[in-house]
Amino acid sequence: MSEPILSTQGLTREFRGFVAVNGVDLQVMPGNIHALIGPNGAGKTTCFNLLTKFLAPTRGTIHFKGRDITGMKPADVARLGLVRSFQISAVFAHLTALENVRVALQRGRGASFDFWRSEEVLHNLDQRARELIEDVGLSEFVNTPAVQLSYGRKRALEIATTLALDPEMMLLDEPTAGMTHEDVERIVALIRRIRAGRTILMVEHNLSVVEGLCDAITVLTRGRVLAEGDYATVSRHPEVIEAYLGSEHV
Amino acid sequence: MFSLGFTRPQLIALAVMVAVIAIAPMAVYPVFMMKIMCFALFACAFNLLIGYVGLLSFGHAAYFGMGCYLSAYAAKHWGFPAEICVLLGGIVAAAMGAVFGAIAIKRQGIYFSMITLALAQFTYFLCTQMAFTGGEDGIQNVPRPFLLGFLSLSNDMAIYWMVAVVFLVGFLAIFRIIHSPFGQVLKAIRENEPRAISLGYRVDDYKLLAFVLSTFIAGAAGGMKSLVFGIASLSDVTWQASGQIVLTNLLGGMGTVFGPVVGAVIINTLEFYLSPFGSWVTITQGLIFVACVMVFRRGVIGELGARFKVAL
Ligand SMILES: Nc1ncnc2c1ncn2[C@@H]1O[C@H](COP(=O)(O)OP(=O)(O)OP(=O)(O)O)[C@@H](O)[C@H]1O
Ligand SMILES: [Mg+2]
Repeated sequence: MSEPILSTQGLTREFRGFVAVNGVDLQVMPGNIHALIGPNGAGKTTCFNLLTKFLAPTRGTIHFKGRDITGMKPADVARLGLVRSFQISAVFAHLTALENVRVALQRGRGASFDFWRSEEVLHNLDQRARELIEDVGLSEFVNTPAVQLSYGRKRALEIATTLALDPEMMLLDEPTAGMTHEDVERIVALIRRIRAGRTILMVEHNLSVVEGLCDAITVLTRGRVLAEGDYATVSRHPEVIEAYLGSEHV
Repeated sequence: MFSLGFTRPQLIALAVMVAVIAIAPMAVYPVFMMKIMCFALFACAFNLLIGYVGLLSFGHAAYFGMGCYLSAYAAKHWGFPAEICVLLGGIVAAAMGAVFGAIAIKRQGIYFSMITLALAQFTYFLCTQMAFTGGEDGIQNVPRPFLLGFLSLSNDMAIYWMVAVVFLVGFLAIFRIIHSPFGQVLKAIRENEPRAISLGYRVDDYKLLAFVLSTFIAGAAGGMKSLVFGIASLSDVTWQASGQIVLTNLLGGMGTVFGPVVGAVIINTLEFYLSPFGSWVTITQGLIFVACVMVFRRGVIGELGARFKVAL
């Protein structure tokens, strides 16, 4: 069996005495789509914030690709190839869809500090940006400011922007939340397509999406890991049924 | 190559601005016009931070004032040519900006502003104490240096053209910075800083570079001012001077290209006409501030741009 690409050991985060994430040992295998599920307030987003260094853990360590990243800065974690999306869609509101994606491409391909050159030089990234935008089905909105896009389309744009970095591992926080049925299907199909050569860890409330998409599942409640395994295993777990599935899937 | 990325309305506005600069000295005092251009460039430098990075530096007069002192000192005691004096003002201000910026940028929002203010007050204190600034007296009777070492600037119109050229070069440089690959990253940071970080941008580095560029231009603007008036004094490093440049931007329109220039014209004109009435200057500025905040938040140019749906 291969080594996990991402693992945590005793990951803990307290907020003034309240333990939001409590001794989590997480192991994500390379190439997997791994779901992190759990009821509201379980600590999923906090986990993401810890993994990407947006929050510092109170205790515990994080390893990515064999390196201890516990003390790293968030931008440097992203540069290592661990890139996140946000639960509240994060776009650059007053930039167009094209510019949104281009900002991500620009980081990888240099010129980001060139303050004396014309922004015209960025046009050589346009074609790649258009391809990425087409990939998520936003072709007709290339020149639309992100702020004018519908919620579902903002999420799609966010994924296109993340993909522009071609990250080895993506963390998606509820990529389908608040979407129409069609949008959900489009995103699921997209995730299937982009998973090649990548590892994905996603928070997802929609269990049919999890069932169809994910290879491994970790269930979190009140900051602790309740169960782990594939869908069949986890969905048979009595405590999971009670704590999570029970309330929503009777 | 030379379009520089100006839109059509902006090109027209630019043409109007250049025409005004060229014709104005026939109608108004050149020294008054030069004062406006120095403060307009200072305001544009400030706008680079507030309008395009979202950083409210509440102590920008420190850099403008330091530019004043350095340039005046270099002209009076070292006999440097004018362009070197101005450049020196910019360089020293930028060096100071690099140190102060590195300290302030570690903090966000209001804390950033408070630290910049504290550091500016610290600078003010140093200026009252240090020998080279002349304390309360300032540096007076600064002779106008020669341009390039041989062109006399003692005639007001001669130095007028130098100031006009430096102003325009500075103005265009800021426009270029905003419309550069770097400027694009700045906009992304302003729009959504966590997202920029999550894409791997070390945002502090970008903010710091913007801060240094802004303080360089502010320092150069100060450097010109002291050559025009032949004096560098404490009044240019006060927190009131910092406040005035905030007001200038608020009035003209933050985050617009021409707003700071228009703001500087209005503020300086008011000051010119109201100065005989003493405290009326302060009262008027207070009222303008209130009006800006309550009625036209986007400033003169911002509101105009919104009305006609153009970016000015
Ligand atoms: N910055 C913070 N300060 C204090 N408490 C916090 C903070 N961030 C999160 N929490 C608390 O930690 C707990 C876990 O929050 P988190 O956002 O991680 O949950 P979640 O599993 O993502 O929930 P949801 O499904 O609603 O998105 C919640 O009780 C929340 O109130
Ligand atoms: Mg969450």
